[in-house]
Amino acid sequence: MSAPAWSLVLIAATLSCSSLAFGADDAPRHVLPASPDGDLVVGLCDGETSVVAKGIKPGDAMTPEQGQRIADALMGEWRRKHPEAAWDKMIQVAEADAVGQAKNAGKDAGPAAVAPFQAQTYGAFDARDEAIWKASTQQLIDEGDRIFHDAKALGGTVAISCDMCHPNASNTHPETYPKYQVQIGRVALLRDMINWCIENPVRGKPFADDDPRLKALEAYIISQRKGVALDYGKH
Amino acid sequence: MTRHHKSIETRHYEERASFFGDLERLSNMSRRGFLEIAGLSAGIAAAKGLVTPVGFQLIDMAQAAESNRPGFSFAYISDAHLYKKELNDRFVRSILKAVDDVNALDPQPDFVLFGGDLAQLGQKEELDLGAQILKSVKAPVKMMVGEHDWFLDMGEHWRGLFGAPQYSFDHKGVHFVTLMSVNEKDFWTAHGMTPAQRMQTVAGLDNGTQSRFEVGPEGREWLKNDLAKLDKATPVVVFSHSPLYKYYKNWNFWTDDADEVQAILSRFDTLTVIHGHTHQMLTNRIGNIHFHGLLSTAWPWPYAPTGLPSLTVQMNRADPFNAFDGCGDGQVSVLMSGMVDKLYNLWNRDPVTIKASYLSSYGFKDRPPAAKLASY
Repeated sequence: MSAPAWSLVLIAATLSCSSLAFGADDAPRHVLPASPDGDLVVGLCDGETSVVAKGIKPGDAMTPEQGQRIADALMGEWRRKHPEAAWDKMIQVAEADAVGQAKNAGKDAGPAAVAPFQAQTYGAFDARDEAIWKASTQQLIDEGDRIFHDAKALGGTVAISCDMCHPNASNTHPETYPKYQVQIGRVALLRDMINWCIENPVRGKPFADDDPRLKALEAYIISQRKGVALDYGKH
Repeated sequence: MTRHHKSIETRHYEERASFFGDLERLSNMSRRGFLEIAGLSAGIAAAKGLVTPVGFQLIDMAQAAESNRPGFSFAYISDAHLYKKELNDRFVRSILKAVDDVNALDPQPDFVLFGGDLAQLGQKEELDLGAQILKSVKAPVKMMVGEHDWFLDMGEHWRGLFGAPQYSFDHKGVHFVTLMSVNEKDFWTAHGMTPAQRMQTVAGLDNGTQSRFEVGPEGREWLKNDLAKLDKATPVVVFSHSPLYKYYKNWNFWTDDADEVQAILSRFDTLTVIHGHTHQMLTNRIGNIHFHGLLSTAWPWPYAPTGLPSLTVQMNRADPFNAFDGCGDGQVSVLMSGMVDKLYNLWNRDPVTIKASYLSSYGFKDRPPAAKLASY
């Protein structure tokens, strides 16, 4: 059990690094207290718990043993704060099942053995979590749907919206990108074609790569091709 | 509709003129064809009662020998989706291109069908602009209404410009019917929509808030009455904006009472439905009813993801980098049999003809060239 916890910390560290690297303003950040001696501070993915790695400065290479100690310290601290926590209950159930199966193995075959679940924090979500995620995803798709059908939201100047040629985003083929787009003489992504349409038939200004409208349009277009096999390069 | 209000005399002279006009044109076109048909003068043929007393219908006589010869042709322009020209000139340029196309046809078509959706959002300025542009068409124009023309003021301005949306006429032995097929059951009151919101909703192909298109009980009753006096051998061509069959419900490539309408039409030996709305090459046959779609001048629609009528030969996927690609206009050649060859005049591509023989042989004969870039 300590091994998964160790990798958990690494994930936490990687995530916090990457969010800094991309500088996304809307992503939540973990603010860690500074160490008085300038030692490395490592945070847990709960965004609150942290430990000071004594004698290790930021950027120093760590041995696996040192990493393990930090991970154990973080887990210990988290468990102390959450004495009632049962997040790894599934593992215990699974282990119990496994023991049960082992006992039964000697006797003749009963009902087919059910494989025990692997368990981890990442997989520890329930139907409510899934409903929230689905709704969030749908929200982005719906926003794309709205923009796709609205010449003004597209920034168009000739009252042409995407749906006029592409009802339900048909004939957009998101699954075929990247592909060599003969008419523009280079390899294009779906977003290049979205922007081409915005500039030409729609007579608007192309969206920047990080424009939320472009993200929403991509989400809507892809959502309309659910189940179609990826087939990049297809003409 | 108007034919019911014509006097017997007027109708007699119209039919007579049409009959002799046909003979004259046919003899110009093919001396042999002319001789094969009659072998004696038209006057004698008429006097001996060799033509039906319903009218001077050359088509009945011609059927046996020369049924696949062209009788006459008409052209079409459809789905222009005009905005005010200050807002968007692309669609204006497109319909002007189509008007140039049909005006350049030699010989000129007998008339030009406008297949509906003249306006994008049913506004007066849009419809007025379209009406003004269509005035420069040299041949007579037959108007059909589309949902984009209708749902702002429920057709008030359109009717003021072009008259009743549902009417019929006879032309050279063929009975033509224009249907109003884009009625929708009231979805707007429940949503508290303004007329502009109602229009915007109907204008969205993939907007599921709206109802499905229908001819409706009144329209079907009118159609039944209009066709009641016709013999089943009379060739009939029906114009409707929506396809008069069930193609793809989600995009209203659909007429909800299509089955009922088809039941009214199915007793005729030779019946063709020409429809707009789908902006693509689209061919279907249900029983004796042959269906042809129209191209749009404004933009092509993708094919429905659920599949196509089996007789449809797809057009190539449109090149988005070419504003005119996948768009166009076309012609309909009405054969002596009353069946039609349907030409898709795709701009910047080879034109494609869907021949009557292709449909009547269930795709066995005269299959048009396949698409290189099918939809996926």
